[in-house]
Amino acid sequence: MNRDFWNAFASNRGALVGLAILVVVVLMAIFADVLYPRSPWSMVTAPFQPPLSDDVLLGSDTLGRDIAAGVVHGSRVSLLIGLISSLVALFIGVTLGALAGYFGGWVDDAIMRFTELFQTIPNFVLAVVLVAIFTPSIYSLVAAIAIVSWPPLARLARGEFLSLRSREFVLAAVTTGQSTPRIILREILPNSLSPIIVAASLTVATAILLESALSFLGLGDPNMMSWGYQIGAARTVLRQAWWMSFFPGIAILITVLAINLVGEGLNDALNPKLARKGRGR
Amino acid sequence: MAKIGLFLARRLVKAAIILFFIVLINFALIRAAPGDPAAVMAGEAGASDPQYVELLRQRFGLDEPLHTQMWIYVSSVFQGDLGFSYRQGRFVSDLILERLPATLLLTVTAFIFALAMGVLLGTLAAMKVGRWADTAITTLALVSYATPLFWLGLMLILLFSVHLGWLPSFGFESVGAGHTGLARVADVAAHMVLPVLTLGLFYMAVYTRLTRSSILEVHEMDFVKTARAKGVTEGNVMMFHVLRNAILPVITFAGFQAGHLIGGSILVETVFAWPGIGRLAFNALLQRDYQVLLGVFVVTSILVLLFNIITDLLYTVIDPRIEVE
Repeated sequence: MNRDFWNAFASNRGALVGLAILVVVVLMAIFADVLYPRSPWSMVTAPFQPPLSDDVLLGSDTLGRDIAAGVVHGSRVSLLIGLISSLVALFIGVTLGALAGYFGGWVDDAIMRFTELFQTIPNFVLAVVLVAIFTPSIYSLVAAIAIVSWPPLARLARGEFLSLRSREFVLAAVTTGQSTPRIILREILPNSLSPIIVAASLTVATAILLESALSFLGLGDPNMMSWGYQIGAARTVLRQAWWMSFFPGIAILITVLAINLVGEGLNDALNPKLARKGRGR
Repeated sequence: MAKIGLFLARRLVKAAIILFFIVLINFALIRAAPGDPAAVMAGEAGASDPQYVELLRQRFGLDEPLHTQMWIYVSSVFQGDLGFSYRQGRFVSDLILERLPATLLLTVTAFIFALAMGVLLGTLAAMKVGRWADTAITTLALVSYATPLFWLGLMLILLFSVHLGWLPSFGFESVGAGHTGLARVADVAAHMVLPVLTLGLFYMAVYTRLTRSSILEVHEMDFVKTARAKGVTEGNVMMFHVLRNAILPVITFAGFQAGHLIGGSILVETVFAWPGIGRLAFNALLQRDYQVLLGVFVVTSILVLLFNIITDLLYTVIDPRIEVE
């Protein structure tokens, strides 16, 4: 990363705040076992302890489990699923978009119809159906979230490839007889990366929201503590115990907000021409 | 007028083709699920009676070759047959149709709320660029955009129902209150406030951001300067010159997002015990009643297709330049 990039990124104060929060969340995920060595599923105190009780900072849940331990361990699932499913979506989206944009014609037509089909399907409903049918696990969650997240990335990649396809450096590469895969991977892809990176960062945020919503409905991986699960489990006792659903929700909110802020910062740094548009300065 | 008819016909044909593929995906899902497809359709294996499973096997010709099975499935769905819920002892299409009005009421209201508020706030922010009102609106949008909607629903219940006691927290209307006429309308409306707010806030944030940046872009264009030079008042410039053009991308996007809105209703209806198809889907999920779940999948997809056609029509009304090809 060069200095210009960092300066542009740092000139967006929100992005810096987002980055700081994100670093904290990542550290929390890495050191979850150090912070809370005991399993987040284990009962540590009496049920329904309010926050700031003796041994549980954020209170305990209906089974006497530590909410704070759950929030700390839950960050692992959220980040892991958010990141991996976005990478898979990125791979599917960019591959399809690149093929459509590069080859055009009927390939483009077929791929775009396919993309349109997936954009029509209500994505959350599809994710629910997929996870329910393939039984909830970290793999089915990643697959389902990736399957509903790739279409916008494909459209974006297609647009980039379409416009770069006719540029001189690409034509030059074609004339000098470079192979098609090489042109796609070495010539066009590196030049279309900036908008794709920005979009991918926002996909991570959406993926985390999707994961939490699925876990809330009871479709999370049954072996992994997650924020969505905590909220779903506390839903029925909302009136008696607000803290059980409040803190995990705040964790989701802050993490997603931080990723969005970082995404905007990346946008400023990577697409300087577009950066000020829409911010009115 | 004839042109619009032709346009509509084309869109319907296109929608039917997309629907065909959605039904195919549905078929693939049943086949891809682990275990016997007939058992999957009837609910989790073991929980349903063997006679019914046998019936399903015959009806969908599960001993026939794959393409025949596919054809039987697709044609039965297109005839409005979404199967039978063994768990509930009723036809899936009946279960869904019964609950559809409540879901439509919720999603359409939330959509209108989100679009109206989003355009309003986005316009306001764009007019006051860089000032505190802009900062406040942008921050609100940023936070709403990051809030999980099921959690927002719970927090709204906590604040407005539990603490303040202003609004009901669940259901479609007060059970046993026996309201009629206007009193009933008011009662349902009161029950709708929190669900609509929950479902709408996220999309409001999306439309706010979009409207704001779209207006800022259009604002710099020559025709706006011309209008201003002619002496058109600032308010009229905004209303008739800027907004009318700036709103087009917002509507395109809103049409795209209709699907997400309907998907979100699963969460909102679950939180607020709203008696629509989202809640039906959640209960089906708990009972692993795949037949109902897949029925909801098909019906919500149809709703999205309809939403898209409506926004396309709206588009041609707002911008007559756009040819209804």
